Amino acid sequence: MSSRYDRAITVFSPDGHLFQVEYAQEAVKKGSTAVGVRGKDIVVLGVEKKAIAKLQDERTVRKICLLDDHVAMAFAGLTADARILINRARVECQSHRLTVEDPVTLEYITRYIATLKQRYTQSNGRRPFGISCLIVGFDYDGTPHLYQTDPSGTHHEWKANATGRSAKTVREYLEKHYTDEVADSDAESIKLALKALLEVVQSGSKNVELAVMRRDEPLKMLSVDEIEKIMAEVEKEKEEEAEKKKKTKTS
Amino acid sequence: TTLAFKWQHGVIVAVDSRATAGSYIASQTVKKVIEINPYLLGTMAGGAADCSFWERVLAEQCRIYELRNKERISVAAASKLLANIVYNYKGMGLSMGTMIVGWDKRGPGLYYVDSDGTRLSNNMFSVGSGSTYAYGVLDSGYKWDMSVEEAYELGKRSIYHATHRDAYSGGVVNLYHMKETGWIKVSQTDVMDL
Repeated sequence: MSSRYDRAITVFSPDGHLFQVEYAQEAVKKGSTAVGVRGKDIVVLGVEKKAIAKLQDERTVRKICLLDDHVAMAFAGLTADARILINRARVECQSHRLTVEDPVTLEYITRYIATLKQRYTQSNGRRPFGISCLIVGFDYDGTPHLYQTDPSGTHHEWKANATGRSAKTVREYLEKHYTDEVADSDAESIKLALKALLEVVQSGSKNVELAVMRRDEPLKMLSVDEIEKIMAEVEKEKEEEAEKKKKTKTS
Repeated sequence: TTLAFKWQHGVIVAVDSRATAGSYIASQTVKKVIEINPYLLGTMAGGAADCSFWERVLAEQCRIYELRNKERISVAAASKLLANIVYNYKGMGLSMGTMIVGWDKRGPGLYYVDSDGTRLSNNMFSVGSGSTYAYGVLDSGYKWDMSVEEAYELGKRSIYHATHRDAYSGGVVNLYHMKETGWIKVSQTDVMDL
């Protein structure tokens, strides 16, 4: 009976592609945008919140999850797949603490998640995970990190990145506006993440969810009021920019 | 008999070198300190085969950890790896009482691991048939801020006294010093000369 599931699903195409993996990456591109920024003393995660139906309880749709006290992740793609990976990662974080008597490093847990994803691209009867993760946090020596994994099982470290719908636009915005000065300031890093997200999300603090983690502090989800405050600042800055441009044009 | 203690300048490991099969002295020249890698040492007490075999397995696991994680394994993790391995064989007759000694980013480390699955951390341990004699001498002479020479002398003397009274201990005293830069073998002295 089980011989039906012994056939590999992810096989090579004649020109060297793994189509299942590429289709999984397409699934990621359909998911809502997630952005991550690594500052010097802070890491920021932002996600686009899809419009919540009236009768739905908002709190149950959480796209930013804690893997351990010092590691958080956001993802884009199939939420159900993410839940499985998050569970395995959480268990691994604790297992590592037990066997090695140290909290995981970001690199270790990212490698673990990536290895898990790769395994599913080379197993019988299974399909790859349809999610791309942004993993942020601080190692116990205090260095901040931001890693991205994708359905193929590769992982890379980034200073700032985005994934999901319109990730390319967001990434281009980040490339233009990420500087070391921004990274040095906590407030600027948060603003950068928010501004990048607002490039592709309909305006409104109701449509974005922001979370920040500072060194040796737990993950903090920003409340709607706090997001509104930052958005007001961003708006003000935009107006000031527009004013300046007008002045230079007329003179 | 084996002993190890932590002090201001690192960790001292001192062991005898007698192996017995019942009341027959099988060897007077056993190496009871196993050099796992340049900054980790393990001692042998109980079953010689069990200790040397599993500590070699531990060396393999430590190396793989180093390659995978691009940093040296901590003494806590190394001792836990060994403790978990032997716990799987609990009740099946393994006999080992070993001390894992090293220096990692938390400083000098000393753990006692045995075949029951016990794993303890402390500043001083003595394991083996003559351990009670060694403890007596160690406890009365130990001071955290001894000089290096005093510590070498204390380690050697404790083993000597253990070999004097315990029939199953003897041979030579092998003395090691675990420093921040790794371990060094200090000396090998025949107990007849002490």
